[in-house]
Amino acid sequence: MSKELIRLSNCTMAFDDEIVLNNLNIYFNDQEFLTLLGPSGCGKTTTLRIIGGFLVPTKGDVFFDGVRINDVPPYKRQVNTVFQKYALFPHLNVFDNIAFGLKLIKPRLSKSEIERRVTEMLEVVSLRGFEHRNVSQLSGGQQQRVAIARALVNQPKVLLLDEPLGALDMRLRKDMQQELKRIQQAMGITFIYVTHDQEEALAMSDTVVVMNEGVIQQIGTPEKIYNEPKNAFVADFIGESNIVDGTMPADNVVEIFGRRFKCLDSGFAPGEPVDVVIRPEDVDIVDARDGRLCGTVVSITFKGMFYDIIVDFKGFKWLIQSTDYCAPGSYIGIKIDPDGFHVMKKSKYSGMFGDYSSYSAEYDEIGDAEYDPDSQPEDPGEAAGDED
Amino acid sequence: MKKIGSTFGRVYMALIMLFLYAPIIVLIVFSFNAGNSRSIFTGFSLHWYAELFRDSMVLESLYTTLAVSLLSAVIATALGTFASIGFYSMKKRWREPLLAINNIPMMNADIVTGVSLCLLFVAAGSILGFSNGFATLLIAHITFNVPYVILSVMPKLRQLDRHLVDAAQDLGCTWMQAFWKVIVPEIRPGIVNGALMAFTMSIDDFIISYFTAGTGAQTLAVTIYSMTKKRVTPEINALSTLLFATVLTLLIVVNVRSAQQEKKRLKAERALRKTSV
Repeated sequence: MSKELIRLSNCTMAFDDEIVLNNLNIYFNDQEFLTLLGPSGCGKTTTLRIIGGFLVPTKGDVFFDGVRINDVPPYKRQVNTVFQKYALFPHLNVFDNIAFGLKLIKPRLSKSEIERRVTEMLEVVSLRGFEHRNVSQLSGGQQQRVAIARALVNQPKVLLLDEPLGALDMRLRKDMQQELKRIQQAMGITFIYVTHDQEEALAMSDTVVVMNEGVIQQIGTPEKIYNEPKNAFVADFIGESNIVDGTMPADNVVEIFGRRFKCLDSGFAPGEPVDVVIRPEDVDIVDARDGRLCGTVVSITFKGMFYDIIVDFKGFKWLIQSTDYCAPGSYIGIKIDPDGFHVMKKSKYSGMFGDYSSYSAEYDEIGDAEYDPDSQPEDPGEAAGDED
Repeated sequence: MKKIGSTFGRVYMALIMLFLYAPIIVLIVFSFNAGNSRSIFTGFSLHWYAELFRDSMVLESLYTTLAVSLLSAVIATALGTFASIGFYSMKKRWREPLLAINNIPMMNADIVTGVSLCLLFVAAGSILGFSNGFATLLIAHITFNVPYVILSVMPKLRQLDRHLVDAAQDLGCTWMQAFWKVIVPEIRPGIVNGALMAFTMSIDDFIISYFTAGTGAQTLAVTIYSMTKKRVTPEINALSTLLFATVLTLLIVVNVRSAQQEKKRLKAERALRKTSV
């Protein structure tokens, strides 16, 4: 599991003057399911194309099993790719698409050997009996499976997947996520998966690499990425986050909105300004009298399992997810457990994310946090007494 | 009112067609004339066609025409296909102006192309010591055929999924293997159309051949022209009819093929849309 297979070292990629990857350092372990996650234009597909051999980095080196492979063309790499729109060969049927790579192997494989391996692969992707279908007659999900089989039949050490589920509908995506995870475990090879869908990344990966603007923001397990985001960008991109300005008066104490709360974070300089992440599901709504912070409900949206509630705390809008209904306009209090806080060092993304003032049902709006704790008068309705 | 309009429309259409095709109809009708008058039809006969195939000058120029058309079509198709792939992989900033330049020879007056090629060949020939003949004729035909090939291959390349070539290389193809195994099968309809188009243009051409062939090699069109200058016989009618029929057939084939491909493509696209939803 822990053997290193691929390493990108100080890789920079520039198209004309536009820097797409900025001094990337990353390694990929054997038999790992690793996801490159980020918004479009973050450099994740470029990274994949460098590993596949379709791009040569402007600066830096690519190593495979310790050997520098910068100049090794794609057809000589032990890597196969599943392309975004499958890129199946329209003039070949399912069998010939899958057999394409096998027929190129020197010395030539016997016809029966090719047939055996294609059949075996069709079994893996549950497409037995589709051998002689024309690929244009297949559904999106089936085409996807053919693309995976076509790549895997060559027994690569690494499979690269470039947003392979992007063109499928919701239900099929979920099924295929399970399917891909199963195939990866069955084959015991490395999957490097590119997506902009954070849910997909969290559900499938052993390791998630969050990228933005050609720079790696954080590498870690899905749990770590979600629970301990490194900066405001990661916190905002992975799941929903309220990100507020705060300070750390002491270890395990965080101060926001002029109130002190117990938390589990430490290692900051006393009084250091920080970004504080509070996940919408970690906030408990209580009666205004019992609340540590109080605010006015701005809007409420029914989401099925819970309500999305936007609450105004002194001009800063929070998103809270709760199973309880709160009428818009009502005054409520909130409570947050110590493990509900996550404290991050200030970064260049501070203040860019995490405010739901411009909240829309799409969530994707980037709000600007205008809240300045010093200029806000104390709310008289707020419960007094700071807890240390 | 509508009735009158549509009757008028039909009459108008018929007149236009008559105007366009009357000369050719006359030509064809008189090619089957038994006598040798060009104004009185005396009876149906294939006499002039038979005469045609006894004329060694006609046969020789038929051979020249076929040879030059076939060779130039094949060579222009190869050149044009690779040129198209070159254009295709260019950045748009360069591709668009170069494609526009590629289109100019097609719109340029044949007489200008012919005279300029003739001058070039004469100049080059006086330095390198050759005179105009079959070779210069062939080069000239290749020159004016290449743009037609590019014109019919480019759209097929535009429809080609760029990732197909990546996929082929990813699966173990060198670029050349990917070209033969993936690109060529995908753009084959365009290549075949381009070749047919080039062949047709070659057979059809008179002016450029006239200026570049020299005395050594004469195409059918040039032969017909020189026949009209010497003796005017109904043989010319027969020969022109054959030429007209050949070009017409080829053009019909090219157009029917493109129409069918378009239909097939639309159908495939519809099928794809249906399955992906």
